Amino acid sequence: MFRRSDQDKRPSLQIFVDGVAVEAREGDTVSTALLASGRDVRRATAVSGAPRLPYCMMGVCFECLVTIDGVGNRQGCLVPVAAGMQIEIQKGKREIGR
Amino acid sequence: MHRDYDVAVVGGGLLGSAIAWGLGRLGKRVAVLDEGDIAKRASRANFALVWVQSKGLGMPAYTVWTVRASQAWPGLAAELKDQTGLDVCLQQNGGFHLTLGEDEYEQRTQLVTRMHNQVGAADYRMEMLRASEVRKMLPLIGPEVSGGSFCPFDGHVNSLRTFRAFHTGFKAFGVGYFPERPVSAITRSGGGFRLMTPQGEIRAHKVVLAAGNANQTLAPMVGLFAPMGPTRGQIVVTERTMPFLPHPLTTIRQTDEGTVMIGDSKEDELDDRALKHPISAVMADRALRMFPHLGRLNVVRSWAGIRVMPQDGFPIYDQSETHPGAFVACCHSGVTLASNHAFEIARMVASGALEPELVGAFSARRFGSEGAANNSGY
Repeated sequence: MFRRSDQDKRPSLQIFVDGVAVEAREGDTVSTALLASGRDVRRATAVSGAPRLPYCMMGVCFECLVTIDGVGNRQGCLVPVAAGMQIEIQKGKREIGR
Repeated sequence: MHRDYDVAVVGGGLLGSAIAWGLGRLGKRVAVLDEGDIAKRASRANFALVWVQSKGLGMPAYTVWTVRASQAWPGLAAELKDQTGLDVCLQQNGGFHLTLGEDEYEQRTQLVTRMHNQVGAADYRMEMLRASEVRKMLPLIGPEVSGGSFCPFDGHVNSLRTFRAFHTGFKAFGVGYFPERPVSAITRSGGGFRLMTPQGEIRAHKVVLAAGNANQTLAPMVGLFAPMGPTRGQIVVTERTMPFLPHPLTTIRQTDEGTVMIGDSKEDELDDRALKHPISAVMADRALRMFPHLGRLNVVRSWAGIRVMPQDGFPIYDQSETHPGAFVACCHSGVTLASNHAFEIARMVASGALEPELVGAFSARRFGSEGAANNSGY
């Protein structure tokens, strides 16, 4: 669905999505990196379980909720990627204590 | 709108809606007169417990009435679902009041003993459990929890959906709902009543005052007495999380949709537009000591709400001696008692007489000139 612009020369770094190594770019947000990964990164909503992708990319719609380094319900569009980051696609509600 | 009704119910909150639904179910022609959106709507701010334990200290009849309501709730939930398709998510698998530290455990133990020693109260098997026993049922309690009281009858519902189901249901029964009609005067006319509102008057053969704290002002218009002592409560709500709390507590519950509600503050303050953060902080701190895992969750909402509260904390149900056909009904626990209001109080209003064996203890005649201390243990 999305592909990187040929003019994007930023250095790449490695993150992990559900345990699988994925290439991101310095300066990406988690949501950008997920959308650019080509993987199926749809979360499942907390109440109905409907599939959702990041939508507004600016912190207001809460459709990009994701588990980052063991913390659930993070807004992926507001978190810059870091090398080695562990991201889990959140299926349903956040787990207590995570 | 029609102007002639069997019953006018003044107040469209949880209590008025339950009675109106019950009267509509019995085929009565009912009008519900409600205020507008700027009213202090206690029904939208509640904690949604269907709660038995510790209710009725100082008035055994209140314990009996509460146990009856708790037992009637499954039938109410089933009827509402059949009629409206709305599931109010009633869960009645027992509830806790947890204690932090030894002093609180001792105080709670004394309360349980005093409740058990009351003559004439229904036995609802409230018992003290040590932390090791509590942990078997609530595995995530923190190290400061010393134990708590457990009552197998306790539970909770989705109270907003209950409220919606009553409104949807009573409309299906043909009950008229008229918002923006605060009642300014009630007069008798030809064996019935005339109720004045800014949008004209309504005539009805009977009147039920179900206006919460405003009953104090309305009751004298029909020769009744409803002394109120409202209090303010605050609630903190977290984001949704996977189910972790299999039983509701007096101060913490997890809703059917996964949010965690933290509550049970009490202040003699009647402004519901502002929060006192020090109070929220104490509530959050206690919740955290009970369930340390909560520390990872984000708070998404908090609010203050005004509790409907009769002066001594116990319900008031009366029919006027000077104005027969005029009833007053108010109570703190509008969620817990909704089943009794829908089935019993509605039936009594329809028949024209409150039954003393069920609700005689709740007449406002109990208020002497001295008033009473609030010890209802709501």
